[in-house]
Amino acid sequence: MLEYFFRMAKIISVKNLVKRYHKAKFNAVDNISFYVNEGEFFAFLGPNGAGKTTTISILTTTLSKTSGTIAIGGHDIEKEHSNVRRSIGVIFQNPSLDRNLTAEENIRFHAILYGLYPFRPAFGLMPESYKKRVRILAEILDLEKNLFESIKTFSGGMKRKLEIVRSLMHKPKVLFLDEPTAGLDPTSRRNLWQYLNGVRKNEKTTIFLTTHYLDEAEDADHICIVDHGKIVNFGTPEKIKSDLIDEYLLTDADNREKLITELKSKHIPFKIEDHVKIDLKQRRVQHLLKTIDTELSFVQIHRPTLEDAYLEIVDNSD
Amino acid sequence: MNELNAIMMIAYRDLMRFLNDRSRLLITFIFPVIFIGVLGGSLQRNLGQNIGFNFMTFVFTGVLGQTLFQSTASGIISLIEDRENNFTQEIFISPISRYSIMIGKILGESLVSFAQLIGIVLFALVVGVQFTLLQILIMIPVGLIVCFFGGAFGILVLANLSGQRAANQIFPIIIFPQYFLAGVFNPIKDLPPILLFFSRISPMTYALDFVRSIFYLGSPEYDKVVIFNPFIDFTVIGSMFIVFMILGTFLFIRNERNR
Repeated sequence: MLEYFFRMAKIISVKNLVKRYHKAKFNAVDNISFYVNEGEFFAFLGPNGAGKTTTISILTTTLSKTSGTIAIGGHDIEKEHSNVRRSIGVIFQNPSLDRNLTAEENIRFHAILYGLYPFRPAFGLMPESYKKRVRILAEILDLEKNLFESIKTFSGGMKRKLEIVRSLMHKPKVLFLDEPTAGLDPTSRRNLWQYLNGVRKNEKTTIFLTTHYLDEAEDADHICIVDHGKIVNFGTPEKIKSDLIDEYLLTDADNREKLITELKSKHIPFKIEDHVKIDLKQRRVQHLLKTIDTELSFVQIHRPTLEDAYLEIVDNSD
Repeated sequence: MNELNAIMMIAYRDLMRFLNDRSRLLITFIFPVIFIGVLGGSLQRNLGQNIGFNFMTFVFTGVLGQTLFQSTASGIISLIEDRENNFTQEIFISPISRYSIMIGKILGESLVSFAQLIGIVLFALVVGVQFTLLQILIMIPVGLIVCFFGGAFGILVLANLSGQRAANQIFPIIIFPQYFLAGVFNPIKDLPPILLFFSRISPMTYALDFVRSIFYLGSPEYDKVVIFNPFIDFTVIGSMFIVFMILGTFLFIRNERNR
């Protein structure tokens, strides 16, 4: 049964994952299950401390789990470390570059550790295919001029780009990005997303993103919202929108009694708060207004954005 | 083959880091100058006549072994620095064996130690320590063994350190007493029981004795300077190496992942 579960087209499957840190009183990740389809853009969304980085660290084999089953690309994460590591690329929350090396040396280090090319002590001695690949990637990201410079001089955005180039060298099936745009200015953020979208389209790489910015998750195929180590909501952005967003009409009449009687007789459900509140999930505004004959003194439509809805969830679960 | 390439790349990175680090370069040359020049020189003048062997040479061989052992060990501990700069993440998500990572690290730090060896030998020549070319050439394989031993010792220490602060405080406490227990510049042929015990359990003792047993091989001072014979030293070093390496790597990986 478990074997079958692993072999499906789901590139990542997580079942009943629990993580409790040593000496912690609560589970950082509390029995979560989800899956990611091959080639999709998956967003793992939640406020700080929700358990996002813990989850991504376990998925990328750098942290041990307390219990649960995880498979990536059909490989069990505990038993087949090496195969899992070969099929993933990771952009960590904090840049993991060697500041004492040049940009190219950082890339070369990675390429050789992943067994893509034999070891050579200088760029000039590396195989032509490597040189070509590095030059093309550098050109795309506008890093050509800085390729042989120490990364000490690089800006935050340049470092991020370099890490992405590096993580894509071994053509991973899944690219994990742990809050990749934290600390970047808006322009760098946008450039980075443009490039990542290109990668997704051209290489068919599955992207697993953790973020606390809702707007970065809005283009995802699926969003998984976590808070306090638990999954709060899971689905397409549309599903999440419809689940979360509470759309309603506030209305009132000088003769409120008459309005209430009318609504009752027409079987329109409502609530009375400051005004008369009518749920809009099942009905169109225009149609609703046409059916009401009582003269209205007040009409207001409440339609929160996804951002409002997200903030509401996150605030409520505190 | 992939593992071998990865080992060489990790080693190469360490060597590049050393060559780019001016202050570390300078420090590694200052210590031999103090030890051989100042300590060796003064002891030779004041005590050397009664002891029956040349003190400068004695200190030179001691410093040689101690530098190779300690420098490799402390180089391994730079993995903590990598951890604090988040670079270990990049190394540890790569699909190579954890032992390859450690061996690459030891090899790299051994190369770094050898760069210092050149400095020590040159300085010894300047202050007039007597040795033959053969004695120095044979120190290349001997030194490499000492380096690997120091590296494995470094891994075991590293596995039990929590951070850079702990490393800065604890490493000197572990290494400094060994200078005297292993006899870098003091003869340890004859020791009171308690010191004898600590001397025999300190790994550096065997590293230094191995260096001296080869260096003094066939010379009249051999019996006055060397404690065990080279085979015993080599066997002890080999056994400790295997234990330190396996236990150290196991503990280090476990502490990295099990938080």
